[in-house]
Amino acid sequence: MAEIILKNITKEYENGFQAVKHIDLEIKDNEFVILVGPSGCGKSTTLRMIAGLEDISEGDLYLDGVRINDVSPQNRDIAMVFQNYALYPHMTVYQNIAYSLRIKKVPKDEIDRRVKEVASSLGLTDLLDRKPGQLSGGQKQRVAMGRAIIRHPKAFLMDEPLSNLDAKLRGQMRVEIADLYQRLNTTFIYVTHDQTEAMTLGTKIVVMRDGEIQQTDNPTNLFNYPANKFVAGFIGTPTMNFFDAEVVEENGQVWLKTKDGKIRATEEKAAKLREGNWIGKAVTGGIRPEHTVFCSEEEAAFKGEVSVFELLGSNAIIYVQCGDERIVLNTDDTVHQEHGKSVYMKVKESRLHIFDPETERTITN
Amino acid sequence: MRAKRKYRKRYDKLPIVLLFVLPALIPLIVFWIYPILRSIWLSFTNWDFISPTYKIIGLKNYQSLFKNPRFFEALWHTVVFTAGTLFPTIILGLILALLLVKPFRGNGILKFILFSPWITPTVAISIVWSWIYKTDGGIANTILTALGMSPLKWIASSDTAMLSVIIVTVWKSLGYAMIFYLSALERVPGELYEAGALDGASRWHQFFDITLPSISPTTFFLTIITMVNSLQAYDQIQVLTQGGPAGSTRTLLYMYYQLGFQEFNMGQATAVAVIMIILTAGLSLIQFKASEKWVHY
Repeated sequence: MAEIILKNITKEYENGFQAVKHIDLEIKDNEFVILVGPSGCGKSTTLRMIAGLEDISEGDLYLDGVRINDVSPQNRDIAMVFQNYALYPHMTVYQNIAYSLRIKKVPKDEIDRRVKEVASSLGLTDLLDRKPGQLSGGQKQRVAMGRAIIRHPKAFLMDEPLSNLDAKLRGQMRVEIADLYQRLNTTFIYVTHDQTEAMTLGTKIVVMRDGEIQQTDNPTNLFNYPANKFVAGFIGTPTMNFFDAEVVEENGQVWLKTKDGKIRATEEKAAKLREGNWIGKAVTGGIRPEHTVFCSEEEAAFKGEVSVFELLGSNAIIYVQCGDERIVLNTDDTVHQEHGKSVYMKVKESRLHIFDPETERTITN
Repeated sequence: MRAKRKYRKRYDKLPIVLLFVLPALIPLIVFWIYPILRSIWLSFTNWDFISPTYKIIGLKNYQSLFKNPRFFEALWHTVVFTAGTLFPTIILGLILALLLVKPFRGNGILKFILFSPWITPTVAISIVWSWIYKTDGGIANTILTALGMSPLKWIASSDTAMLSVIIVTVWKSLGYAMIFYLSALERVPGELYEAGALDGASRWHQFFDITLPSISPTTFFLTIITMVNSLQAYDQIQVLTQGGPAGSTRTLLYMYYQLGFQEFNMGQATAVAVIMIILTAGLSLIQFKASEKWVHY
């Protein structure tokens, strides 16, 4: 149970490289915050600064209103689950889970009671006498979580905890972590590069790139109202389609003129485009594959030839080559799954995103 | 029929196996197994090292050894010398490794200097130390006097001779232990310390709960090696004290040498050697058994 506030936090290494650049972040009690971004974006460094494993070069870190920049990790009362689990290899599962309590000199019978409680809640009861070397990846993962939750820490930090598991187990553990969060009701900070984990687990997602926060929002808003082209492209699979367009106004109606056609801007977006003085200028359009549909020649915004299609069961991902651009569709349409077939596509106008081609910021949010 | 086939299957590769093992096996037999067997045989004789003939006298060599106070004295010296070199070598080697594991300026040169005694012949080292230990004008006493302490007689007195030989031996093997500990310490995953820190473990706890168990295989290896080296110590004793003064540095091995090559009582000397083999094997066996409890691979 903790409120964590990062104020203007910077991490600069001795060689002058800035891994994290002046970030501000407010993490409320009981929030499940996800730090997500491509590798090297500074998300792990941020997490490690919160844990106390990295020094903070600049800025202030508050835990429940107390500045903890100079508090050692031992005294922060924060637990962390590592990517490689970091279990003590010479200790049994029991000893691993009990270690933090043993150090605090908690009475033996209380340790025993709590270890058994945690073990049963994580399905580890039968494994308590084993050493980490005798456990599977998923079991190690559970022990690492057990070691964290037994302390009732103020916050849980998790650094890519599922990245070493196979896909099936990852899905299963994801549900278990979500369940754990519901039960424990405490603050979680979770680092991942996997946007599925981010979208399914988080109550608040922080998208990072090059040491800077791109956007902080809940999963729905992040998906529907990305702040810039990077976030739009990072969240959602398959990735959003981007295309060049020109804003034009004809008969009081604002349009996005594409190479092969045009897309009508909704009233709301038209207002924003007028307001920003974008009429007559080039912009970058963005539309998600699930909001792109096949249509007749007259309605088309794009035309091209089907190059690849991937059947996923109920739906299919269809890649269409339109000159040197590529448009991807996520559709349950079965008619057009034919290599080389000429197709016409339009977009759901309400789901269109328009970005400034220079700054890559979203114009129409 | 089936049993026969199985038998054949197991043994029809024997010539090929022997062919590959032979290059290693021949020197082992010539320089190790045969001399051991021959020694055991000689320990039941009264051979004087020179005569071409000897008589089999059964267990008499052993009987007279066990009645000889000199033997028990040497056994005790061996125990003192082994324990006195083993623990300081391991502990000081680990301390040096802990100090040098973090990179700093001149770290590499320091490591090399500390390791260099190990690659220097013991005889050369011992000659230098015999100068250091000189009662008049030796460096050891010069330092003691400078520090305001009274000078010692070092290798010239039976009170301090054993200590002097132990110091030389520890000094020589320190760098060796350090090198092994350095590589062991570098292999401990840093994440373990981070997990420990978050679990609330102080530096002290981290050392005892993470570092020591993680490097325990190295400690075990060094314990065996140092012990065997100490049991076999000869050069430094020969150069520094020749087992004296008054037998105060006479270990079992040195007693073996004196019996065999100074007193020409090879029968009894080999009996000492056989006892040493049993002793070494026994101690190693105990350590291996005990290691199951404290060594974590």
